[in-house]
Amino acid sequence: MTAISSPEAPHGTARWLARAAAIALASLLGACARNDPPFALKDVRGLIAPLEFNLTDQDNRVVTAADYRHDLVLLYFGYTQCPDECPTTLATLARALHILGPEASQVRVLFVTVDPQRDTTAVLKRYVDNFGPEFIGLRGNRAELTDLSKRYRIAYHYEKPDRYGNYEVDHSSAVFVFDKDGRARLLALSDNTAQQVATDLRRLLASS
Amino acid sequence: MSSAFVTDLSYLLPWQFSPTIFLICAVTVTLYVQGLIVLRRGGAPVGFWRAFTFILGIVLNYAVLQTYIDFLSQHMFWIHRFQHLILHHIGPVLVVLARPGRALRAGIPVRLRATLRIPASIGRPVRLLFRIIQHPLLAPTLFVGLIFFWLTPSIHFTAMIDTRRYLLMNWSMLADGLLFWWLMLEPRQSQGGAAMGYGTRLVVLSLVAVPQLLLGAYITLHGTPLYDVYAICGRAWAISPLDDQQIGGLLTWIPAAMMSLVGILVVLYHILHDPEGTAARRRGRPAQVPRTAPARIV
Repeated sequence: MTAISSPEAPHGTARWLARAAAIALASLLGACARNDPPFALKDVRGLIAPLEFNLTDQDNRVVTAADYRHDLVLLYFGYTQCPDECPTTLATLARALHILGPEASQVRVLFVTVDPQRDTTAVLKRYVDNFGPEFIGLRGNRAELTDLSKRYRIAYHYEKPDRYGNYEVDHSSAVFVFDKDGRARLLALSDNTAQQVATDLRRLLASS
Repeated sequence: MSSAFVTDLSYLLPWQFSPTIFLICAVTVTLYVQGLIVLRRGGAPVGFWRAFTFILGIVLNYAVLQTYIDFLSQHMFWIHRFQHLILHHIGPVLVVLARPGRALRAGIPVRLRATLRIPASIGRPVRLLFRIIQHPLLAPTLFVGLIFFWLTPSIHFTAMIDTRRYLLMNWSMLADGLLFWWLMLEPRQSQGGAAMGYGTRLVVLSLVAVPQLLLGAYITLHGTPLYDVYAICGRAWAISPLDDQQIGGLLTWIPAAMMSLVGILVVLYHILHDPEGTAARRRGRPAQVPRTAPARIV
Protein backbone atom coordinates (compact mmCIF):
# COMPACT_ATOMS: atom_id res chain seq x y z
CA MET A 1 0.00 0.00 0.00
CA THR A 2 2.63 2.52 1.10
CA ALA A 3 4.88 1.59 -1.79
CA ILE A 4 2.23 2.66 -4.29
CA SER A 5 1.27 5.93 -2.60
CA SER A 6 4.84 7.12 -2.10
CA PRO A 7 5.87 9.43 -4.99
CA GLU A 8 9.44 8.28 -5.58
CA ALA A 9 9.04 4.56 -4.92
CA PRO A 10 7.40 3.62 -8.25
CA HIS A 11 9.97 5.68 -10.07
CA GLY A 12 12.88 3.94 -8.34
CA THR A 13 11.29 0.55 -8.78
CA ALA A 14 10.54 1.21 -12.44
CA ARG A 15 14.15 2.17 -13.05
CA TRP A 16 15.28 -0.94 -11.24
CA LEU A 17 12.90 -3.11 -13.29
CA ALA A 18 14.05 -1.49 -16.55
CA ARG A 19 17.66 -2.15 -15.65
CA ALA A 20 16.90 -5.81 -14.84
CA ALA A 21 15.01 -6.19 -18.13
CA ALA A 22 17.93 -4.67 -20.04
CA ILE A 23 20.37 -7.11 -18.44
CA ALA A 24 18.08 -10.06 -19.19
CA LEU A 25 17.68 -8.98 -22.83
CA ALA A 26 21.43 -8.44 -23.25
CA SER A 27 22.26 -11.89 -21.91
CA LEU A 28 19.59 -13.42 -24.14
CA LEU A 29 21.03 -11.69 -27.22
CA GLY A 30 24.51 -12.69 -26.11
CA ALA A 31 23.44 -16.32 -26.00
CA CYS A 32 21.97 -16.10 -29.49
CA ALA A 33 24.98 -14.30 -30.89
CA ARG A 34 27.42 -17.06 -29.87
CA ASN A 35 27.93 -18.29 -33.41
CA ASP A 36 30.19 -21.34 -32.96
CA PRO A 37 28.61 -24.36 -34.61
CA PRO A 38 27.20 -26.74 -32.00
CA PHE A 39 29.12 -29.81 -30.87
CA ALA A 40 27.78 -33.23 -31.87
CA LEU A 41 28.24 -34.30 -28.24
CA LYS A 42 26.16 -32.68 -25.51
CA ASP A 43 27.59 -29.27 -24.58
CA VAL A 44 27.70 -29.03 -20.78
CA ARG A 45 30.06 -26.09 -20.41
CA GLY A 46 29.48 -24.39 -17.04
CA LEU A 47 27.00 -27.04 -15.88
CA ILE A 48 29.22 -29.73 -14.38
CA ALA A 49 31.89 -29.46 -11.69
CA PRO A 50 35.54 -29.32 -12.80
CA LEU A 51 37.64 -32.50 -12.72
CA GLU A 52 38.56 -33.47 -9.17
CA PHE A 53 39.09 -36.83 -7.53
CA ASN A 54 41.28 -38.94 -5.24
CA LEU A 55 41.64 -42.47 -6.57
CA THR A 56 44.12 -45.31 -7.05
CA ASP A 57 45.27 -46.17 -10.55
CA GLN A 58 45.87 -49.58 -12.13
CA ASP A 59 49.52 -49.52 -10.98
CA ASN A 60 48.47 -48.88 -7.37
CA ARG A 61 49.52 -45.22 -7.44
CA VAL A 62 47.39 -42.64 -5.66
CA VAL A 63 46.28 -40.17 -8.32
CA THR A 64 44.33 -36.89 -8.41
CA ALA A 65 42.99 -34.69 -11.19
CA ALA A 66 46.25 -32.70 -11.10
CA ASP A 67 48.06 -35.71 -12.58
CA TYR A 68 46.03 -35.27 -15.80
CA ARG A 69 46.05 -31.47 -15.92
CA HIS A 70 47.64 -31.18 -19.37
CA ASP A 71 45.54 -33.86 -21.01
CA LEU A 72 42.05 -33.91 -22.41
CA VAL A 73 40.28 -36.24 -19.99
CA LEU A 74 37.37 -38.57 -20.75
CA LEU A 75 35.82 -39.83 -17.50
CA TYR A 76 33.65 -42.94 -17.59
CA PHE A 77 32.12 -45.09 -14.88
CA GLY A 78 31.75 -48.85 -15.41
CA TYR A 79 33.03 -52.27 -14.34
CA THR A 80 35.09 -54.93 -16.05
CA GLN A 81 32.44 -57.68 -15.93
CA CYS A 82 29.92 -55.41 -17.64
CA PRO A 83 28.40 -57.54 -20.41
CA ASP A 84 27.51 -54.91 -22.98
CA GLU A 85 27.55 -51.21 -22.26
CA CYS A 86 31.12 -50.71 -20.98
CA PRO A 87 32.93 -52.69 -23.71
CA THR A 88 30.80 -50.99 -26.40
CA THR A 89 31.47 -47.51 -25.02
CA LEU A 90 35.20 -48.13 -24.50
CA ALA A 91 35.49 -49.63 -28.01
CA THR A 92 33.81 -46.52 -29.47
CA LEU A 93 36.27 -44.31 -27.58
CA ALA A 94 39.19 -46.47 -28.79
CA ARG A 95 38.00 -46.04 -32.39
CA ALA A 96 37.65 -42.28 -31.84
CA LEU A 97 41.24 -42.11 -30.56
CA HIS A 98 42.36 -44.13 -33.58
CA ILE A 99 40.70 -41.55 -35.87
CA LEU A 100 42.46 -38.76 -33.94
CA GLY A 101 45.84 -40.31 -34.79
CA PRO A 102 48.91 -38.72 -33.14
CA GLU A 103 46.73 -36.19 -31.32
CA ALA A 104 45.37 -39.06 -29.22
CA SER A 105 48.53 -38.82 -27.12
CA GLN A 106 47.02 -35.70 -25.53
CA VAL A 107 43.92 -37.64 -24.45
CA ARG A 108 43.41 -39.86 -21.38
CA VAL A 109 40.39 -42.10 -20.85
CA LEU A 110 39.82 -42.62 -17.12
CA PHE A 111 37.76 -45.73 -16.49
CA VAL A 112 36.51 -45.58 -12.89
CA THR A 113 35.19 -48.91 -11.66
CA VAL A 114 31.93 -48.85 -9.70
CA ASP A 115 32.65 -52.45 -8.65
CA PRO A 116 35.93 -52.13 -6.71
CA GLN A 117 35.16 -55.37 -4.86
CA ARG A 118 35.79 -57.49 -7.96
CA ASP A 119 37.86 -55.00 -9.96
CA THR A 120 41.25 -55.15 -8.26
CA THR A 121 44.05 -53.07 -9.75
CA ALA A 122 45.40 -56.17 -11.52
CA VAL A 123 41.99 -56.94 -13.07
CA LEU A 124 41.60 -53.30 -14.10
CA LYS A 125 45.04 -53.17 -15.69
CA ARG A 126 44.40 -56.29 -17.77
CA TYR A 127 41.01 -54.92 -18.85
CA VAL A 128 41.97 -51.38 -19.92
CA ASP A 129 45.11 -52.60 -21.73
CA ASN A 130 42.75 -54.19 -24.26
CA PHE A 131 41.65 -50.77 -25.43
CA GLY A 132 44.93 -48.89 -25.73
CA PRO A 133 47.69 -46.99 -23.94
CA GLU A 134 45.46 -43.92 -23.39
CA PHE A 135 43.10 -45.95 -21.18
CA ILE A 136 43.67 -45.86 -17.44
CA GLY A 137 41.76 -47.90 -14.87
CA LEU A 138 40.95 -46.21 -11.55
CA ARG A 139 39.40 -47.49 -8.36
CA GLY A 140 38.43 -45.99 -5.04
CA ASN A 141 37.01 -47.02 -1.72
CA ARG A 142 33.35 -46.56 -0.90
CA ALA A 143 33.75 -43.00 0.40
CA GLU A 144 35.83 -41.90 -2.59
CA LEU A 145 33.28 -43.37 -4.99
CA THR A 146 30.39 -41.71 -3.15
CA ASP A 147 32.19 -38.35 -3.35
CA LEU A 148 32.57 -38.82 -7.10
CA SER A 149 28.93 -39.82 -7.56
CA LYS A 150 27.81 -36.71 -5.68
CA ARG A 151 30.17 -34.47 -7.61
CA TYR A 152 29.12 -35.77 -11.03
CA ARG A 153 25.54 -36.61 -10.02
CA ILE A 154 25.73 -40.20 -11.21
CA ALA A 155 24.20 -43.34 -9.70
CA TYR A 156 25.04 -47.05 -9.74
CA HIS A 157 23.58 -49.98 -7.91
CA TYR A 158 24.24 -53.69 -7.57
CA GLU A 159 21.80 -56.29 -8.80
CA LYS A 160 21.07 -59.44 -6.75
CA PRO A 161 23.83 -62.05 -7.25
CA ASP A 162 22.86 -65.26 -9.07
CA ARG A 163 23.59 -68.70 -7.56
CA TYR A 164 27.23 -68.48 -8.66
CA GLY A 165 27.65 -65.15 -6.89
CA ASN A 166 27.81 -63.19 -10.15
CA TYR A 167 26.00 -59.92 -10.22
CA GLU A 168 25.49 -57.02 -12.59
CA VAL A 169 25.90 -53.35 -11.76
CA ASP A 170 23.60 -50.72 -13.26
CA HIS A 171 25.45 -47.50 -13.81
CA SER A 172 25.54 -44.18 -15.65
CA SER A 173 26.19 -44.30 -19.40
CA ALA A 174 27.69 -40.87 -20.07
CA VAL A 175 31.34 -40.11 -20.83
CA PHE A 176 32.34 -36.80 -19.24
CA VAL A 177 34.80 -34.81 -21.36
CA PHE A 178 37.09 -32.32 -19.58
CA ASP A 179 39.40 -29.86 -21.34
CA LYS A 180 43.09 -29.46 -20.50
CA ASP A 181 42.23 -27.03 -17.71
CA GLY A 182 39.95 -29.60 -16.08
CA ARG A 183 36.70 -27.85 -17.01
CA ALA A 184 33.76 -30.07 -17.95
CA ARG A 185 32.91 -29.40 -21.59
CA LEU A 186 30.98 -32.25 -23.22
CA LEU A 187 28.99 -35.39 -22.51
CA ALA A 188 29.39 -38.27 -24.93
CA LEU A 189 26.20 -40.34 -24.94
CA SER A 190 25.67 -43.91 -26.04
CA ASP A 191 24.26 -42.88 -29.42
CA ASN A 192 27.30 -40.78 -30.37
CA THR A 193 29.57 -42.32 -33.03
CA ALA A 194 33.37 -42.60 -32.88
CA GLN A 195 33.60 -40.07 -35.71
CA GLN A 196 31.51 -37.55 -33.76
CA VAL A 197 33.64 -38.05 -30.65
CA ALA A 198 36.86 -37.64 -32.66
CA THR A 199 35.64 -34.48 -34.41
CA ASP A 200 34.61 -32.82 -31.13
CA LEU A 201 37.79 -33.87 -29.30
CA ARG A 202 39.88 -32.44 -32.15
CA ARG A 203 38.01 -29.15 -31.81
CA LEU A 204 38.64 -29.05 -28.05
CA LEU A 205 42.34 -29.84 -28.61
CA ALA A 206 42.62 -27.07 -31.19
CA SER A 207 40.99 -24.48 -28.95
CA SER A 208 43.09 -25.20 -25.86
CA MET B 1 22.83 -56.16 13.41
CA SER B 2 24.15 -52.87 14.70
CA SER B 3 25.75 -52.04 11.35
CA ALA B 4 22.42 -52.63 9.60
CA PHE B 5 20.85 -50.21 12.05
CA VAL B 6 23.50 -47.59 11.29
CA THR B 7 22.94 -48.07 7.56
CA ASP B 8 19.20 -47.56 8.02
CA LEU B 9 19.78 -44.36 10.00
CA SER B 10 22.08 -43.04 7.29
CA TYR B 11 19.02 -42.79 5.01
CA LEU B 12 17.84 -39.97 7.25
CA LEU B 13 21.03 -37.97 6.66
CA PRO B 14 21.20 -35.40 3.87
CA TRP B 15 22.65 -36.55 0.55
CA GLN B 16 24.00 -33.04 0.02
CA PHE B 17 23.84 -31.07 3.25
CA SER B 18 22.33 -27.59 2.91
CA PRO B 19 23.04 -25.26 5.86
CA THR B 20 20.34 -22.93 4.51
CA ILE B 21 17.55 -25.51 4.66
CA PHE B 22 18.77 -26.76 8.02
CA LEU B 23 18.84 -23.25 9.52
CA ILE B 24 15.48 -22.19 8.08
CA CYS B 25 13.76 -25.34 9.35
CA ALA B 26 15.48 -25.23 12.76
CA VAL B 27 14.70 -21.53 13.34
CA THR B 28 11.10 -21.91 12.12
CA VAL B 29 10.36 -24.91 14.31
CA THR B 30 12.05 -23.32 17.35
CA LEU B 31 10.07 -20.09 16.94
CA TYR B 32 6.87 -22.04 16.42
CA VAL B 33 7.26 -24.26 19.45
CA GLN B 34 8.22 -21.27 21.58
CA GLY B 35 5.15 -19.45 20.25
CA LEU B 36 2.95 -22.43 21.17
CA ILE B 37 4.23 -22.24 24.75
CA VAL B 38 3.78 -18.45 24.97
CA LEU B 39 0.24 -18.63 23.58
CA ARG B 40 -0.72 -21.49 25.90
CA ARG B 41 0.51 -19.47 28.90
CA GLY B 42 -1.38 -16.44 27.58
CA GLY B 43 -4.61 -18.43 27.57
CA ALA B 44 -5.05 -18.50 23.76
CA PRO B 45 -3.49 -21.88 22.86
CA VAL B 46 -3.13 -23.19 19.31
CA GLY B 47 -5.16 -26.35 18.68
CA PHE B 48 -3.36 -29.70 18.47
CA TRP B 49 -4.31 -30.47 14.86
CA ARG B 50 -3.29 -27.01 13.70
CA ALA B 51 0.16 -27.42 15.26
CA PHE B 52 0.40 -30.98 13.97
CA THR B 53 -0.43 -29.86 10.41
CA PHE B 54 2.27 -27.20 10.48
CA ILE B 55 4.99 -29.48 11.85
CA LEU B 56 4.00 -32.20 9.36
CA GLY B 57 4.31 -29.71 6.49
CA ILE B 58 7.79 -28.65 7.61
CA VAL B 59 8.92 -32.24 8.20
CA LEU B 60 7.71 -33.37 4.75
CA ASN B 61 9.49 -30.50 2.99
CA TYR B 62 12.66 -31.15 4.97
CA ALA B 63 12.47 -34.89 4.29
CA VAL B 64 12.29 -34.58 0.51
CA LEU B 65 15.17 -32.06 0.51
CA GLN B 66 17.52 -33.35 3.18
CA THR B 67 17.29 -37.13 3.38
CA TYR B 68 18.08 -40.01 1.04
CA ILE B 69 14.87 -39.08 -0.86
CA ASP B 70 16.88 -36.21 -2.33
CA PHE B 71 19.37 -38.68 -3.85
CA LEU B 72 16.54 -40.83 -5.20
CA SER B 73 14.87 -37.72 -6.67
CA GLN B 74 18.01 -37.04 -8.69
CA HIS B 75 18.07 -40.54 -10.13
CA MET B 76 14.47 -41.61 -10.58
CA PHE B 77 11.94 -39.56 -12.51
CA TRP B 78 8.91 -40.65 -10.51
CA ILE B 79 10.59 -39.89 -7.18
CA HIS B 80 11.49 -36.48 -8.55
CA ARG B 81 7.78 -36.01 -9.31
CA PHE B 82 6.92 -37.15 -5.79
CA GLN B 83 9.48 -34.65 -4.40
CA HIS B 84 7.79 -31.83 -6.32
CA LEU B 85 4.31 -33.01 -5.29
CA ILE B 86 5.48 -32.39 -1.71
CA LEU B 87 7.42 -29.16 -2.39
CA HIS B 88 4.88 -27.48 -4.65
CA HIS B 89 1.59 -28.89 -3.37
CA ILE B 90 1.24 -30.95 -0.21
CA GLY B 91 3.97 -29.35 1.96
CA PRO B 92 2.92 -25.72 1.33
CA VAL B 93 -0.80 -26.60 1.66
CA LEU B 94 -0.17 -28.08 5.12
CA VAL B 95 1.95 -25.11 6.20
CA VAL B 96 -0.59 -22.56 4.95
CA LEU B 97 -3.63 -24.42 6.33
CA ALA B 98 -2.05 -24.36 9.79
CA ARG B 99 -1.97 -20.51 9.65
CA PRO B 100 1.28 -20.42 11.67
CA GLY B 101 1.67 -16.62 11.65
CA ARG B 102 0.23 -16.06 15.13
CA ALA B 103 2.42 -18.67 16.81
CA LEU B 104 5.54 -17.67 14.87
CA ARG B 105 5.11 -14.01 15.86
CA ALA B 106 4.50 -15.00 19.47
CA GLY B 107 7.66 -17.11 19.34
CA ILE B 108 9.97 -14.19 18.61
CA PRO B 109 11.67 -13.21 21.88
CA VAL B 110 10.41 -9.83 23.15
CA ARG B 111 13.93 -8.40 23.28
CA LEU B 112 14.43 -9.18 19.58
CA ARG B 113 11.12 -7.74 18.40
CA ALA B 114 12.27 -4.10 18.33
CA THR B 115 15.56 -4.86 16.58
CA LEU B 116 13.82 -7.05 13.99
CA ARG B 117 11.83 -4.16 12.51
CA ILE B 118 12.37 -4.22 8.76
CA PRO B 119 13.48 -0.82 7.36
CA ALA B 120 11.18 0.78 4.80
CA SER B 121 13.92 0.74 2.15
CA ILE B 122 13.72 -3.06 2.13
CA GLY B 123 10.10 -3.46 3.18
CA ARG B 124 8.65 -1.33 0.39
CA PRO B 125 10.19 -3.04 -2.66
CA VAL B 126 9.57 -6.45 -1.08
CA ARG B 127 5.90 -5.59 -0.55
CA LEU B 128 5.61 -4.30 -4.10
CA LEU B 129 7.25 -7.45 -5.48
CA PHE B 130 4.90 -9.54 -3.34
CA ARG B 131 1.87 -7.67 -4.74
CA ILE B 132 3.11 -8.24 -8.31
CA ILE B 133 3.79 -11.95 -7.80
CA GLN B 134 0.42 -12.39 -6.09
CA HIS B 135 -1.50 -10.72 -8.90
CA PRO B 136 -4.59 -12.84 -9.73
CA LEU B 137 -3.28 -13.45 -13.26
CA LEU B 138 0.44 -13.78 -12.56
CA ALA B 139 0.22 -16.11 -9.53
CA PRO B 140 -1.58 -18.99 -11.30
CA THR B 141 0.52 -18.46 -14.45
CA LEU B 142 3.67 -18.76 -12.36
CA PHE B 143 2.29 -21.79 -10.53
CA VAL B 144 1.58 -23.74 -13.72
CA GLY B 145 4.44 -22.15 -15.68
CA LEU B 146 7.09 -23.40 -13.24
CA ILE B 147 5.82 -26.98 -13.57
CA PHE B 148 5.99 -26.78 -17.37
CA PHE B 149 9.33 -24.94 -17.31
CA TRP B 150 11.21 -27.50 -15.21
CA LEU B 151 9.58 -30.40 -17.10
CA THR B 152 10.69 -29.12 -20.51
CA PRO B 153 13.06 -31.97 -21.45
CA SER B 154 16.10 -29.80 -22.34
CA ILE B 155 15.70 -27.69 -19.18
CA HIS B 156 15.01 -30.77 -17.06
CA PHE B 157 18.28 -32.24 -18.35
CA THR B 158 20.37 -29.27 -17.23
CA ALA B 159 18.55 -29.08 -13.88
CA MET B 160 19.49 -32.68 -13.19
CA ILE B 161 23.18 -32.45 -14.16
CA ASP B 162 23.90 -29.00 -12.68
CA THR B 163 23.77 -28.82 -8.88
CA ARG B 164 23.05 -25.08 -8.84
CA ARG B 165 20.11 -25.39 -11.25
CA TYR B 166 18.81 -28.37 -9.32
CA LEU B 167 18.79 -26.30 -6.12
CA LEU B 168 17.19 -23.36 -7.94
CA MET B 169 14.48 -25.70 -9.27
CA ASN B 170 13.62 -27.05 -5.82
CA TRP B 171 13.72 -23.64 -4.14
CA SER B 172 11.54 -22.10 -6.82
CA MET B 173 8.96 -24.87 -6.45
CA LEU B 174 8.81 -24.56 -2.65
CA ALA B 175 8.70 -20.74 -2.64
CA ASP B 176 6.05 -20.63 -5.35
CA GLY B 177 4.04 -23.35 -3.61
CA LEU B 178 3.94 -21.32 -0.38
CA LEU B 179 3.00 -18.09 -2.22
CA PHE B 180 0.31 -19.69 -4.37
CA TRP B 181 -1.38 -21.75 -1.67
CA TRP B 182 -1.29 -18.81 0.76
CA LEU B 183 -3.12 -16.76 -1.86
CA MET B 184 -5.65 -19.56 -2.37
CA LEU B 185 -6.24 -20.80 1.18
CA GLU B 186 -5.63 -17.95 3.62
CA PRO B 187 -8.87 -16.24 4.80
CA ARG B 188 -9.45 -13.04 2.85
CA GLN B 189 -9.47 -10.71 5.85
CA SER B 190 -5.91 -11.67 6.87
CA GLN B 191 -4.41 -11.28 3.38
CA GLY B 192 -3.94 -7.51 3.63
CA GLY B 193 -3.17 -5.76 0.34
CA ALA B 194 -2.92 -8.98 -1.65
CA ALA B 195 -6.42 -10.19 -0.76
CA MET B 196 -8.18 -12.28 -3.40
CA GLY B 197 -11.94 -12.83 -3.56
CA TYR B 198 -13.26 -16.35 -2.93
CA GLY B 199 -15.07 -16.51 -6.26
CA THR B 200 -11.87 -15.68 -8.12
CA ARG B 201 -10.07 -18.37 -6.17
CA LEU B 202 -12.58 -21.02 -7.24
CA VAL B 203 -11.98 -20.05 -10.88
CA VAL B 204 -8.17 -20.02 -10.45
CA LEU B 205 -8.12 -23.40 -8.66
CA SER B 206 -10.27 -24.97 -11.38
CA LEU B 207 -8.17 -23.48 -14.17
CA VAL B 208 -4.73 -24.48 -12.81
CA ALA B 209 -5.85 -28.11 -12.61
CA VAL B 210 -6.42 -28.35 -16.38
CA PRO B 211 -2.83 -27.84 -17.68
CA GLN B 212 -1.56 -30.13 -14.91
CA LEU B 213 -3.99 -32.84 -16.01
CA LEU B 214 -2.95 -32.42 -19.64
CA LEU B 215 0.78 -32.44 -18.88
CA GLY B 216 0.45 -35.45 -16.58
CA ALA B 217 -1.53 -37.33 -19.21
CA TYR B 218 0.98 -36.39 -21.90
CA ILE B 219 3.93 -37.69 -19.86
CA THR B 220 2.07 -40.85 -18.79
CA LEU B 221 0.84 -41.76 -22.26
CA HIS B 222 3.99 -40.78 -24.18
CA GLY B 223 5.31 -43.96 -25.79
CA THR B 224 9.03 -43.10 -25.63
CA PRO B 225 11.23 -41.79 -22.80
CA LEU B 226 11.03 -38.00 -22.63
CA TYR B 227 13.76 -37.48 -20.03
CA ASP B 228 17.00 -39.21 -21.04
CA VAL B 229 19.03 -37.75 -18.17
CA TYR B 230 18.08 -40.65 -15.88
CA ALA B 231 19.58 -43.18 -18.29
CA ILE B 232 22.65 -41.00 -18.84
CA CYS B 233 23.39 -40.43 -15.14
CA GLY B 234 22.11 -43.79 -13.90
CA ARG B 235 18.88 -44.75 -12.14
CA ALA B 236 18.65 -45.40 -8.41
CA TRP B 237 17.46 -48.95 -9.02
CA ALA B 238 16.48 -51.13 -11.95
CA ILE B 239 13.19 -49.98 -13.48
CA SER B 240 12.30 -49.67 -17.13
CA PRO B 241 12.48 -46.04 -18.34
CA LEU B 242 8.85 -46.16 -19.47
CA ASP B 243 7.58 -47.52 -16.13
CA ASP B 244 9.50 -44.76 -14.39
CA GLN B 245 8.01 -42.17 -16.73
CA GLN B 246 4.46 -43.50 -16.39
CA ILE B 247 4.48 -43.47 -12.59
CA GLY B 248 5.97 -39.97 -12.69
CA GLY B 249 3.32 -38.88 -15.17
CA LEU B 250 0.54 -40.26 -12.97
CA LEU B 251 1.94 -38.37 -9.96
CA THR B 252 1.82 -35.17 -12.01
CA TRP B 253 -1.62 -36.01 -13.33
CA ILE B 254 -3.80 -37.26 -10.48
CA PRO B 255 -2.62 -36.11 -7.01
CA ALA B 256 -1.27 -32.77 -8.22
CA ALA B 257 -4.53 -31.90 -9.93
CA MET B 258 -6.53 -33.30 -7.03
CA MET B 259 -4.96 -30.67 -4.78
CA SER B 260 -7.13 -28.17 -6.65
CA LEU B 261 -10.17 -30.02 -5.35
CA VAL B 262 -8.78 -29.83 -1.80
CA GLY B 263 -8.24 -26.10 -2.34
CA ILE B 264 -11.80 -25.64 -3.62
CA LEU B 265 -13.20 -27.39 -0.51
CA VAL B 266 -11.15 -25.11 1.75
CA VAL B 267 -12.36 -22.01 -0.13
CA LEU B 268 -15.99 -23.22 0.14
CA TYR B 269 -15.43 -23.60 3.89
CA HIS B 270 -14.14 -20.01 4.03
CA ILE B 271 -17.17 -18.76 2.09
CA LEU B 272 -19.49 -20.42 4.62
CA HIS B 273 -17.56 -19.04 7.60
CA ASP B 274 -16.65 -15.60 6.23
CA PRO B 275 -17.95 -12.90 8.65
CA GLU B 276 -18.75 -10.52 5.77
CA GLY B 277 -20.43 -13.26 3.75
CA THR B 278 -22.50 -14.32 6.77
CA ALA B 279 -23.46 -10.72 7.46
CA ALA B 280 -24.68 -10.33 3.87
CA ARG B 281 -26.75 -13.50 4.12
CA ARG B 282 -28.20 -12.36 7.40
CA ARG B 283 -29.31 -9.07 5.90
CA GLY B 284 -31.12 -11.01 3.20
CA ARG B 285 -32.92 -13.33 5.59
CA PRO B 286 -33.23 -11.61 8.98
CA ALA B 287 -35.95 -13.94 10.31
CA GLN B 288 -33.85 -17.13 10.07
CA VAL B 289 -30.89 -15.92 12.12
CA PRO B 290 -30.88 -17.24 15.67
CA ARG B 291 -30.72 -14.64 18.43
CA THR B 292 -27.30 -15.73 19.67
CA ALA B 293 -25.63 -15.50 16.28
CA PRO B 294 -24.55 -11.82 16.16
CA ALA B 295 -22.52 -12.05 19.36
CA ARG B 296 -20.56 -14.99 17.97
CA ILE B 297 -19.90 -13.43 14.61
CA VAL B 298 -18.80 -9.99 15.79
